[in-house]
Amino acid sequence: MTTLTRSPVEPVREPARLRRVFSAPLRSPGVTLSVLVLGTVLGWALVPDWFTSRSPVTGVPADRFRPPSARHLFGTDQLGRDIYARVVHGAALSLRATVLAILIALGGGLILGLVAGFFGRWTDALIMRAVEVTMSVPPLLLSLTLVTALGVGTGQIAVAIGTTSVAAFTRVMRAEVLRVRAAPYVEAAILCGARWWRILPRYILPSAIGPVLALAALDFGLVVLAVSSLGFLGYGEPPPAPEWGSLVADGRNYLATAWWLTTLPSLTVTVVVLAANRLSRVLEAEGRHR
Amino acid sequence: MHTALYTATRTLRAVFVVWAAFTLTFVALRLLPGDPVALMLSGRGGFAELSPRQVAQARAELGFDRPLIVQYGSALAGALHGDLGASLQTGQPVSRMIADAVPPTLQVGTLALLLALTLGTLLGVAANLTASPLLRQLLRSLPSFAVSLPSFWVGLVLIQLLSFRWHLFPSFGDSGFAGVILPACTMAIPGAALVAQVLGKSLHTTLQEPYADTVRATGAGRTRLLFGHGLRNAAIPAATVAGMLVGSLIGGAVVVETVFARPGMGRITQSAVSAQDLPVVQGVVVVAALAFAVVNLLIDLLYPVLDPRIRATGRLVTA
Repeated sequence: MTTLTRSPVEPVREPARLRRVFSAPLRSPGVTLSVLVLGTVLGWALVPDWFTSRSPVTGVPADRFRPPSARHLFGTDQLGRDIYARVVHGAALSLRATVLAILIALGGGLILGLVAGFFGRWTDALIMRAVEVTMSVPPLLLSLTLVTALGVGTGQIAVAIGTTSVAAFTRVMRAEVLRVRAAPYVEAAILCGARWWRILPRYILPSAIGPVLALAALDFGLVVLAVSSLGFLGYGEPPPAPEWGSLVADGRNYLATAWWLTTLPSLTVTVVVLAANRLSRVLEAEGRHR
Repeated sequence: MHTALYTATRTLRAVFVVWAAFTLTFVALRLLPGDPVALMLSGRGGFAELSPRQVAQARAELGFDRPLIVQYGSALAGALHGDLGASLQTGQPVSRMIADAVPPTLQVGTLALLLALTLGTLLGVAANLTASPLLRQLLRSLPSFAVSLPSFWVGLVLIQLLSFRWHLFPSFGDSGFAGVILPACTMAIPGAALVAQVLGKSLHTTLQEPYADTVRATGAGRTRLLFGHGLRNAAIPAATVAGMLVGSLIGGAVVVETVFARPGMGRITQSAVSAQDLPVVQGVVVVAALAFAVVNLLIDLLYPVLDPRIRATGRLVTA
């Protein structure tokens, strides 16, 4: 007789939702292509030796300035180094910097947004004023200021770009926390005597994290662009390292004679950014529609 | 009454933002690791030959040995009088360097801003005006394609094609109006994409509001609806974006001036960052923040003109 009645609000079943989010992309060819591109680049970053047997740093002097061909897909540079090998090996540097930057932005934004949104009052005022100021300096200039202080290197670039983006993430997270905070179940938790260190991670974070994760996905392409721009300006790893932006900067001296030195690495960056943007928009739309 | 209060609060906010940008860069540059004095001395030749006493002396000459708060106070007082310190690399006053660098950047930047606004508006309007679904889809996806292009590459491709192959424009350096065009185009592309995206979306929403149906019911055509009614209502988000645009142009100048080897703000920033020349970097950031704040202030003051509802209440009404 005492059968449990089903509660009217059913908890979302994660596997079903995830399957929908991940199967939807495969229905459209543009998205399939994006997945393939990002998968390949991820492969380059993780196991570069599967994709090329040539060395990214030592060249064959006899093979200088070869245009793209079957032997050298992306051609060779002034030292006879294979550009394709350099792009493949550079993927690890560029992607690591991108991921690090996004993790910093995400981590910083989550913590500051939670604190500002949950505690309110002067903590909120202080944090949001700081956010406002950070966003009033053009982002590239702010990153450059941090690079000045930190010195050059791919890691430093990542920290600079990540720190610059913390403000935008904080703003989104705070807005979400304010929304979730007003929910009856959070009030109930507070009334039950739960303390903030329990409420924040257990009741607020899971419901508020969605839009911030979407922002992280949307930011991926932008961060790839920012990392390669700073690399192009010469703030990446010192010369022999094949970071994508610095590959383009190196090729700039041979612009008139060897177009492939700048074009093919730049094209790689563009394709990766396009793929990332496309995929993140689809994931975001799917996430919103659920 | 409302307008006066509105103007006053917006102006105060702009002043606060510039002061805060100054403080933020000061703190970021002084508290983070890296010794600019040692670096500067090593750059000038043979750090190893200098005794610690000489290094300490140089530090004292530059005022880097004083407590941070004293350094901050004197830097702020100087900045208020237009004195931004001297470059660690060349010893030149930073304010002079910036004054010399602003005109060439302003030339490129103004042209880029005009191009971005024109192209962006055209694209945003065209995407809403066309009746062909295929063309509309194409016009809508063009901006998101354009923002994915690295601007250093756009610049290099323009140089390769228009300067080297077809000899239409000078490739590098500062050579009159012809030299301004390619950098301005490069700088304008991401901005135009931004304007097109926001204006396109805002127009699309505006045209679905009830009043648009009313206008349609009076027998007005697509063009009349768009230009006579929609554009003005869609202008507020677009004005906000114009502010962001200036920020992105200031950042874009660094890359574009490096690509085209042009003198200007971007160029001095690029070399100052490589050399860890703190006063120059700080000067550039403060001037950029000032320019950005002034533009945003002007846009804030433009809102009441665009939207009568703000004129009445002194607050931004979100529909």
